[in-house]
Amino acid sequence: MTLNWKIGGLLLGLVFFAAVLLVKPIGVSTQFVILDGIVADAVMPDLVTKTDEGYTSTNAYLAKSGGKYAKSVANPLNYSFVFVLAMMLGGFLSVMARGGLDRAERAIPALWRANFGDSAVKRYAVAFMGGFIVLYGARLAGGCTSGHMMSGMMQTALSGYIFAAGAFAAAIPVSILMFRKEV
Amino acid sequence: MTSIILAIVIGAAFGAVLDRVGAANPNVINRMLNLTDLRLAKAILLAIGTGSALMFGGQMLGLVDVGHMSVKTAYVGVFLGGLMLGAGWAAAGYCPGTGVVAAASGRKDAWFFIAGGLLGAAAYMVTYPAWKASGLLDKIAGGAVTLGTVPGSKYEGMTALPGDILGLVLGLGFVALAFALPDRLMGAGVPRTAPAE
Repeated sequence: MTLNWKIGGLLLGLVFFAAVLLVKPIGVSTQFVILDGIVADAVMPDLVTKTDEGYTSTNAYLAKSGGKYAKSVANPLNYSFVFVLAMMLGGFLSVMARGGLDRAERAIPALWRANFGDSAVKRYAVAFMGGFIVLYGARLAGGCTSGHMMSGMMQTALSGYIFAAGAFAAAIPVSILMFRKEV
Repeated sequence: MTSIILAIVIGAAFGAVLDRVGAANPNVINRMLNLTDLRLAKAILLAIGTGSALMFGGQMLGLVDVGHMSVKTAYVGVFLGGLMLGAGWAAAGYCPGTGVVAAASGRKDAWFFIAGGLLGAAAYMVTYPAWKASGLLDKIAGGAVTLGTVPGSKYEGMTALPGDILGLVLGLGFVALAFALPDRLMGAGVPRTAPAE
């Protein structure tokens, strides 16, 4: 039950506009760092510390830009982190409202199954490694598909165009090589 | 508190729309990336165009606060990171936002994607000083710049062109591109009629 692209694209555009009208442009990948920070700070309480001016961290990445990531780690109930949790809620409700996904699709996506078979271990291993390089790359780039590509290009940011060029330069050949069989 | 309510409302709407356009479905993502079904690309182009035209149009009418813009810095690592993200996006079928929506929708592989993502983000946190020292994070072409100069914006323009008018024109260009793009560029050439799921 995928929406017609004209309606879907319009709705998606309205959400991006609402975000920048009311708060700020949408971004997601930073919150993987914040969750890592929250977990690490729970194990090693000295990781994030309060200073006179705000927050800092023994980790150089969390401490950068005046400790803005350290501040979010110390205060998880902030706009951007709650935003990602709400995305999960919205996605869940949307899927349930259209009857949920069938069992086979929940286990392994159909296109993957057609090209690589029924091994769940293989699929989960690739999903895990894919996740690793996606988030490593997103943090190196300073944003992901939502922050750089959608929000960035919408604002005519040079960085958004550079990111999109890199992302598609890799994604298209990898996808063509991996997924030859159509379903 | 207001900001938390906005986070819940806009975040939930974003998650729901990502699901409905098929962006959280790895089958739809790879049919776009292997160029056999471009309808999601058309939706994304239309979304960027719509958002851009509304934002810059609203700025010109004084209805949208220019201060809400948040422009990221350009540096060589943006391209390198984009390449990495692109490769993983194709292999897994998920990017960070769509991965979390897919996990919430019951896709088991998406939870593995998130676990790998948390480890990847942690690996970047640890290796960040080396990237910083390499110079690949140093700004290029002015850093956090927009293509034109947006009136009242704290970000500089790459060119002296009026950034709001340019944004509006580019926005309309993205919309036109969405309509001009064919439904597929590769594959059997059979028009798809059935929903892609």
